[in-house]
Formats: sequence, structure tokens, C-alpha cells
Amino acid sequence: MYVSPIREPLIRGEKNYSQVTKDILAPMAGKPSIYWYLGISLALIALVFGAWATYQTVYYGIGTWGLNKTVGWGWGITNFVWWVGIGHAGTFISAILLLFRQKWRTSINRSAEAMTLIAIACAGFFPLIHMGRLLLGFFIFPYPNTRALWVNFNSPLLWDVFAISTYFAVSLIFWYVGLIPDLGTVRDKAKTKIRKAIYGFLSFGWTGSAKHWSRHETVSLVLAGLAAPLVLSVHTIVSFDFATSVIPGWHTTIFPPYFVSGAVFSGFAMVLTLLIVARKALNLEEYITVNHIESMNKIIILTGSIVGIAYITEFFMAWYSGVEYEQFTFMNRAFGPYAWAYWIMMTCNVVTPQLFWFKKIRTSLTATFIISIFVNIGMWFERFVIVVTSLHRDFLPSSWSMYSPSLVEVGLYVGTIGLFFTLFLLFIRVFPVIAIAEVKSVLKSSGDHQKTAHHE
Amino acid sequence: MNKDYITAYYNDEEELLKAVRQLKDKGLEILDVLTPFPVHGLDKALRMRRSRLSMVAFWGGAVGAALGFLFQAWVFTKGYPLNFGGKPFFAIPSFMPVTFEMAVLFAAFSMVFAFLIYFKLGPGAKTVIHDERITDDRFLVVVGIRKESNYQEIEQALIATGAEGITHNV
Repeated sequence: MYVSPIREPLIRGEKNYSQVTKDILAPMAGKPSIYWYLGISLALIALVFGAWATYQTVYYGIGTWGLNKTVGWGWGITNFVWWVGIGHAGTFISAILLLFRQKWRTSINRSAEAMTLIAIACAGFFPLIHMGRLLLGFFIFPYPNTRALWVNFNSPLLWDVFAISTYFAVSLIFWYVGLIPDLGTVRDKAKTKIRKAIYGFLSFGWTGSAKHWSRHETVSLVLAGLAAPLVLSVHTIVSFDFATSVIPGWHTTIFPPYFVSGAVFSGFAMVLTLLIVARKALNLEEYITVNHIESMNKIIILTGSIVGIAYITEFFMAWYSGVEYEQFTFMNRAFGPYAWAYWIMMTCNVVTPQLFWFKKIRTSLTATFIISIFVNIGMWFERFVIVVTSLHRDFLPSSWSMYSPSLVEVGLYVGTIGLFFTLFLLFIRVFPVIAIAEVKSVLKSSGDHQKTAHHE
Repeated sequence: MNKDYITAYYNDEEELLKAVRQLKDKGLEILDVLTPFPVHGLDKALRMRRSRLSMVAFWGGAVGAALGFLFQAWVFTKGYPLNFGGKPFFAIPSFMPVTFEMAVLFAAFSMVFAFLIYFKLGPGAKTVIHDERITDDRFLVVVGIRKESNYQEIEQALIATGAEGITHNV
């Protein structure tokens, strides 16, 4: 086996295979800590706020929102795009980094993918609730009906239905297929009968046979090959919701690549926010090391810079196109009544990630944590700027208007954040947060202890 | 496994790989190898065939793409043609996103289901768990015994490869 003399170890400490199993399963055993209870209580309070807002919206209609005739898309669509974007990191880590043979992904792919699934669920909620009549949500699927009518396959909103549901379904099986062997480990390590039965059921009867492993790897590799273009297609199609319209500020061919890099950018920021806390709380600092954080920060610099260039290109194109409506929209974005939102976006997304050029900052956990939150905020404002500033001053000055969210809209957003953290906190109790088998398979070549022994 | 077999443990994947190669060279029948994680090179050592699962994914994807495309084409030209702003009814570019998503969906699901069905794995599947340490840190080789006489011979061969905890069911 080749052991690189220059690459930094991915797993710290003196580990052997059974120690890896023990360490990763530890957070699932025993009673949850006080911090876990505190976290889930806060998350549930947020969720209750969201439930109240959902009730208001369903009972009284979207008149309870702050939308008006001019600004028909507000926080709802902003949140939708924000959540979908956050979902992109998980698939990016597990699919694209797998295809590029990046071994460092093994410590973070499981939790990032779980985060993806939860984020897509949060995202999907917004278009559904935005319909106003939630119970008729199934109208978006092409099913034979008494009206003999089909859906509009020419509409990007319909493409979204297919993109988001496929993305959720494929991410789910990708994640679960990866979980099967680890659930086998949980089953075999289970102490109680009930636990054994539940994980036995969930582990699909995994035995660890060489033939199963070989085919399991093939499945993972092909799924990665499928998920890689899929993840790029999803945010591309989300960007079509805007780009195929004729609204100044939306009608831009740069949108697909700009949205995809923005999505990966915000996704990695969210992964960092969560993992910096989780690695400490779950005692997994030897598996999710500063190296992992640094690698993710490098991706943040790359995607953040792409996003920055996209902002500037957009502005340049508005001027260069010679279209006065386009020019007005962009001047209005930067210097109009929503300029504060625009400059928050610019600062958080373009300036802060550039700090990661300094090695001191990108290897500092505190700095990374703060910057990752800045990026989360910046990316939310990016979507807000795109949605609201393009709409609020339209072609007819008499219909210009301002938009601010109602309490119900705020409640829906806070509610999805509550949902996100509730499900994530449940996830870390129920499933192994790190891919045990994958970490074991890189232990020989990348474990700290093994590397030192090899080169002595 | 109804056959007579003999099992041996290893603590390390490189040791296991070497042992499997030696046992194969001796012409012994290896019924199964159980490991806690995928050991690279083991499929070659066991002379496994190349997986055909990628072909399942390809054809699944092809069916998905065809279904998606043809359905949209049928809806807009035969089923219920609607005029959307004077755009063409048979608009190939605007059918592409749904076609692509359907291809990915069908490819992924057909392959995963093929994998699970072929190996009879699934929720609550009844499989024999040889040893609970296999999913932790042990590597197990199961060697088939053809007749009573060569049992000793196999045991000697296994000991020579550094195996531990040899057991058998005869």
C-alpha cells in the first residue's frame, strides 16, 4: 500500500479498527448530554413558531404574508433557494469528491449528506406553502385527472418539481446505501434486544461479504457519477425559474453557473457551521480535523470568488447590454432603497471569504465559524436581493412598492430552521455521523499512527 | 451454506489479501470472505467477474429518459396540445430538463434495486451473521471442504498464512 510521505494524516491519534468503531458509535450510546437537550428544545420552540405560521397561512391564505401586487415573491422564494443551495454541499462532498478520489471526504460525507436531505425537505416546504392551498399541492405532478389536463412541461417551475424530487430521492438512496454497512456495525454492537432488532431490520441483513462489498462499491461509484450532474442540474433549474423570465435582473444567461457555485459556497458554509460544533460536542476532533476544515475553507475561497466575479459580471453586463431597464435595476440594487441588503450581500459573500487566503485564518476554528455564519447570512441576502430588488420597482413607476415580511413569513423561516436542527439532532442520535467503513478503509494510508509507523 | 466449511480469522487486511492469494493458488475453494470494509484488490484475488450493475444503471437510465421524453411529447402533441405564447408544441429543448431528471432517477433506482434483489438484501432480510466482530475489526475467510480427507490439509494451509481461531462445521 502506498503511504504518502507528505500528505497530512486524516485521522489523528492512535487508532485501530475497533477504536474507530468505538469512537464513532459513542455519540449514539448512553443518555444525550445537557447541550443536546438544550439544542433540541430551542429547535422545537422554533418549530412551534413555524407550525403557528403554517396554520395562519393555510387557514387565512397567503394574504397573511407581506407580499403585494408588485412583489409577488418575497421571503418564501428566498428561503426556498437558500435551503436548496445549502443542500448542495452534501452531494458535492459525497459524489464529486468521490469521483476526484478525495479521501478527506470520508469523515464528513455522512453528516453533510444528512444535512442535504434535511435542507431539501426544508426547501420543498416553501413552494408548497406558497401555493396557498397546501392540500392541492399534488396538482404539480402529471397524473391522469378528470380535467384531462396535464402540467405545463414548458415551465421552469415544473422542471423544479422534477429536479427537486429527483434530487431528494437520489440523495436519499445514495445516503442510505452508504449507511447499510455501518448500520450492520451498529446492529452487531447493539447491547439491547430491541436495538438489535431495529438496526437488524435497517441494516438490510448486511454480512460484509467480499462480493457484496465489491458490488456496493460499484453502486456507490455509479451513484456518484449520476449524482454529480444531478447536483449541477438542480440549481441550474432553480436558476431557470428566474433566468427564463423577462424581468430585468433575472433574465441573465450567467445564472446557472452563478447559482451552482453559490449553492456549493453556502452549502459548505453550513457544513462548517454545523461540524465545528458537532466535532467538539461529539468528541470527534480526531476524525474531523483542522485539515478537513482547511480543505473546506479552500473550496469556500474558490466558490466565493466565482460568486464575486459573477456579481461584477452581472453589473458589467447590465451596463454593456445598453438596456436601460437592466441598468436601472442594477443601479437600484446597489443604491436604491434596498442598498443595505445589497451591500450586506457584497460584504458577506465577496469580502469575508477572501480572508481565508491567510493560513492563520483558515486553520482557526473560531474565525472559520464566524466567517461561515457570515457566508450563510450573505447567501440568504443574495437571494433576497435577486428576488425583491428585481420586482419592487417594475416597468410602471405608479406600481412601485416596498416589501417587508409579515410575522407569519418570519415564522415560516424560523420554523424551517427549527425543523433543520431538530432533524439534525435526531440524526446524530440515531445514525453513525461518520462513515465508519469508509474511515477504516483509509486508516492504513491516512491514519496518523499508521503513517508514522510506516515511515519509521 | 449447507456445505462443509472451515473458517479462519485475520486481523489485518494486507495479511488477509496475501492469504487469499495463496489459498487461491493452492486451488482451494473460497466460499466467502467477510470484511469490515471494502478491501481493495480482494475482488481480483477472488477472481470475481466485473460487475454488470453499471449496465443495469445504463438501461434503467435509458428507459427513464425515453419515458420522460415520449410522455412530454405525447402530452403536447396528442394528449392535450396547449398553446403557450405561440411556442412550438413539439419543443425538444424544453423537454430536456424533465428527460434528464427521469433518466437519473430511473438509473439510480434500478441499479440500487438490482443490487439489493440480486443479493437478497432488504429491510429485515434473513442472513447468517457469522460473527459480530466482522463488522468491527475482524476479517474472515470461509474455505469449502470437499471431502473428509483434505480437512487437515486445509487447516495446515490456513495456519501457514497466519490465520487465527480456525473453526469448522464438520
